[in-house]
Amino acid sequence: MAALMPAQETRIITKFLRERPEDSWEFSVARENNQAYSTLEVALKRDPADLIEEVKTSGLRGRGGAGFGTGQKWSFLPAGVYPRYLAVNADEGEPSTFKDHMLIKGDPHQLIEGTIISAYAIGAHHAFIYIRGEFALGAERLEAAVAAAYKNGFLGRDILGSGFDLELIVHRGAGSYIAGDETGLLSSLEGERAMPRIKPPFPAIQGLFAAPTVVNNVETLSTVPHIVRNGGEWYAAMGVNKSTGTRVFSVSGMVERPDNYEIELGMSFRDLIEGLAGGVRGGRPLQFFIPGGASAPWLMPEHLDEPLDMDRASELRTMLGSGAIMVFDDTVDPLLVSWRLAKFFAHESCGKCTPCREGSGWIEKILHRMANGLGRPDDLDLLLDLGNNIVPGLNAPFAQTTICALGPSTMSHVVSLDRCFGAEIRERLQKDSDRRRSLEVSSV
Amino acid sequence: MGFTDEDRTKARALIDRYPHARSAMLPLLLLAQDRDDWVTPEAMEEIAEWLNTTPALVLGTCSFYTMLKREPVGDLVVSVCTNVSCLVNKGPDLFEGLRSRYEDADDVMVEEVECLAACDRAPIMQVNYEYHGPVSVGEAVDVIEKYRNGELTPRTISGSPTRGVGVRSAALLKESS
Repeated sequence: MAALMPAQETRIITKFLRERPEDSWEFSVARENNQAYSTLEVALKRDPADLIEEVKTSGLRGRGGAGFGTGQKWSFLPAGVYPRYLAVNADEGEPSTFKDHMLIKGDPHQLIEGTIISAYAIGAHHAFIYIRGEFALGAERLEAAVAAAYKNGFLGRDILGSGFDLELIVHRGAGSYIAGDETGLLSSLEGERAMPRIKPPFPAIQGLFAAPTVVNNVETLSTVPHIVRNGGEWYAAMGVNKSTGTRVFSVSGMVERPDNYEIELGMSFRDLIEGLAGGVRGGRPLQFFIPGGASAPWLMPEHLDEPLDMDRASELRTMLGSGAIMVFDDTVDPLLVSWRLAKFFAHESCGKCTPCREGSGWIEKILHRMANGLGRPDDLDLLLDLGNNIVPGLNAPFAQTTICALGPSTMSHVVSLDRCFGAEIRERLQKDSDRRRSLEVSSV
Repeated sequence: MGFTDEDRTKARALIDRYPHARSAMLPLLLLAQDRDDWVTPEAMEEIAEWLNTTPALVLGTCSFYTMLKREPVGDLVVSVCTNVSCLVNKGPDLFEGLRSRYEDADDVMVEEVECLAACDRAPIMQVNYEYHGPVSVGEAVDVIEKYRNGELTPRTISGSPTRGVGVRSAALLKESS
């Protein structure tokens, strides 16, 4: 199905960093060429409640993975309870997601401006940007950008004479995927192991230091200045259904042009993967793709014409998650991909909940033998049986017996194996098993 | 080596940034690592004093995070991603190639790591958290050798911009003198 028009990006939050790849992160460059902090001046004259309404009108949903309404999240803070905090989740670690990394390195001032406006809207006087430890250059640029913002009166006491004070701290992580979980991040920011916490209480009620806290993703906050500048209606007019606006998708794996693409939601997977990313490398056939980061259940070539719509993804029993699309051609062994994902989750399981701590390790071991010709005929069913203790019902949207979503993520790819390649895999396991048995007999 | 007075001043400033001192844990552990090229038990004891907690709790936090090394690992930490996008772009070959090449080198540690959020450049490698990629084994070795012979200046093994005056390999010492 050829598109009438070639697929195009709609660049809003990636516009400036693409235009000035050589120095977009510099304060003076961003100020002179991208009106950095000019929206802040306007925002600080508005009523905070009005800003929250504006963001609600925009329909902006969290870009970190869960897709929860941003304005709605802000409005959950209990009235009159202070201090309250804003934590920016810049701990991008979901495999194959690299959009926040680009936004931090390329346009830190956009993120900082969004953070200040959001802190003002929710009444927080302390904000923390928790940046993944491995992003050394990103942290360096972000720290320089924060210092420049302080120096020019956009941070600190009485910002631009508005009476609003904000301290913004860049906090480097030290290597942990689970610190990217909303409550794991808060534990880590408190100087603990990055172990997620039981919800409720939700962070909006009891978050950082047991105070009301909002945790927002980098891309989400980078979008806020644009919504405040152009209006919620403007943003809501883009996109499709309840997936409004644009989103940055990281496309990688076996495609011609792996990169970040900012597109209006509602575009088809085909336009994104084939149109923008150039399709499967070398013109090979697509075998399967993962639509929303390592935790998302897989989709098949027949889903290429589906729209990039968060709710449609749920109907397809998967999710757009962190916006990472991994593409695999027909030469890839799905069992190998599944094993590598299992290895990742086993490594990153924090160890707090038994089903995940124990389960993730066993899933990895069983998949390892399956991928290496040593599988037993009922291994896939064994995995599903074991996984049912982590994800009761084994069907997306996943139920979970664990505190955080890492538990279900350990099973997401296994469920996908069964759903997409179940018959083939069972046949292969039987063959592997028969072959080994014949070797055993002949060697006696 | 241990913390210098300058480090202690910096540590005080780091602690003061937070509403609660305990939040400075990771920044202080990274500071300790910048100083000694690993997190020594002595450093953890001193951090415990500053944060009014116990060394065991500092160790408990420290041991959770992969970037914090609790034994000397050399001057260069080479991180090679083998997660799925790199898996299908020769990441495992890059890792194996570098691992065997530097098996006996005391100053270089090659680590297999999880996704480094640079999948458009797969297979990706970091040397002290500076990105290099996509690279073949040969290209990667060239880059690492440039760090070893002083042609390129590495970050600290925590990825901080400038190297402290901690343990350095003989080669690097010679270069700088």
